[in-house]
Amino acid sequence: MATEQTLQIKEISAHRGPVPGSGAVRELEVAKLVDVTTCIGCKACEVACVEWNDHPFRETVFDNTYQTMPTTEWNYYNLIKFSETQRDDGSLMWLMRKDQCMHCADPGCLRACPSDGAIVQYTNGIVDFNQENCIGCQYCISGCPFNIPKFNQTTKKVHKCTLCSDRVGAGLEPACIKACPTGCLHFGTKQDMLQIANARASQLRDDALFPLPNAGVYDPQSIGGTHVIYVLHDITKPEAYGGLPANPRIPPSYVIWKYLAKPIGLFIALMGLLAVFFHYIFTGPRLSQPEPTVEREEQL
Amino acid sequence: MEVSRRTFVKCTLAGGAGLSAFGFDLKPVYAQTQALKIDRTSETRSTCPYCSVSCGVIIHTLSDKGKNSTPQVVHVEGDPDHPINRGTLCPKGASLEQDIVNERRLLKPQVRRPGSDHWEDISWDQATSEIARLIKRTRDETFIEKDANGRTVNRCEGIAWAGGCTDTNELNYLAVKAMRSMGVVYFETQARV
Repeated sequence: MATEQTLQIKEISAHRGPVPGSGAVRELEVAKLVDVTTCIGCKACEVACVEWNDHPFRETVFDNTYQTMPTTEWNYYNLIKFSETQRDDGSLMWLMRKDQCMHCADPGCLRACPSDGAIVQYTNGIVDFNQENCIGCQYCISGCPFNIPKFNQTTKKVHKCTLCSDRVGAGLEPACIKACPTGCLHFGTKQDMLQIANARASQLRDDALFPLPNAGVYDPQSIGGTHVIYVLHDITKPEAYGGLPANPRIPPSYVIWKYLAKPIGLFIALMGLLAVFFHYIFTGPRLSQPEPTVEREEQL
Repeated sequence: MEVSRRTFVKCTLAGGAGLSAFGFDLKPVYAQTQALKIDRTSETRSTCPYCSVSCGVIIHTLSDKGKNSTPQVVHVEGDPDHPINRGTLCPKGASLEQDIVNERRLLKPQVRRPGSDHWEDISWDQATSEIARLIKRTRDETFIEKDANGRTVNRCEGIAWAGGCTDTNELNYLAVKAMRSMGVVYFETQARV
């Protein structure tokens, strides 16, 4: 399993010379790289995703683009977003972007989730939903800066892309990555993907015939980076790619609720209970007192 | 402050109950990913039947094909060792599982007669004999022995052969022999490999 580390020797008794493998850093974080400049919008990744996850081939929604449906659905994790925009000189740009869970390093869904163990983040960066622990409150949906988790009305559970955690855990690449016929999708360690992405972006910027001076890598640091990174033609306008936020943030209400309001509320409740408890121990319950008849006689 | 033995026991019990009520769980937390559905499936290499690119695919079937098991396809994905696609597939190829496990999949010969509005089931024997009879008739009707200039051509222009990309070398060899012997000139094996 890729999520497990094999035991690495730190010290060896009576061993002369260095310990084999010491100082080696095991890169565990995985990432998907989507080079939108080479995407042809064939949707092989969509079909491979539906097939791998055993989702039914569902009805599509036409909204005057080639897009399969307006947004991802609870049983449609992966969607190519088609958008037509204009360059500054008025010429057409037809943009296609693979939209799925971004697997943020600081996931808004996980921050918002109040249910123990419904959302987990693995050490390799994958953010996964455990539907058996999901209580269907849908806080994750409003906590997500990318509008990815979707609610199943029948089972009252929330679903999203798993980055094929089952495949990655067994050492395979995700289904969408494997299918991509143009090679616009890559999978590997985050470090390698960033290196490939930066090389591709500089290649696009320095192209002799058709240079894209604004080409860049989308790995938003406002949420600690993501485990799905994009190479965009124009990094200054990510919104053009079907509403990719330039500066995604977890809604502040969730941060305040999670890190301020909830602990304070719990603390006050705990203190109240403790006060009741110690009052009971040291003062005891209020019993009906007998009439102080003796005292009255003395006073008289 | 005097704390009696009884008070101490009360405090411990109530404190423990309070802590567990507030979510302090001492059990270790386990996170388990979904089991890999192709973990121990049988892998069969095959060729995608759609276009002439002929991408290699791996068909994953349930069970290890032991005597008492009936294999069923659970997943199809690209063959990374195939030199043409190296594991990738197009959207049609990626949906091959639905091509195999499908209640509308055709499993027996059917015919739609001229002028008919529906397909009828026929047996394999009937299908082959009818095809043979039609080939014979068409060839007899459209065979050209000599062209307009009197040159011997011996060709049959009323029949065409369209192959499929999963046809093997051997099948294409037999097809060429059979069709050329009948004089068929409109011949396409769809071989691009």
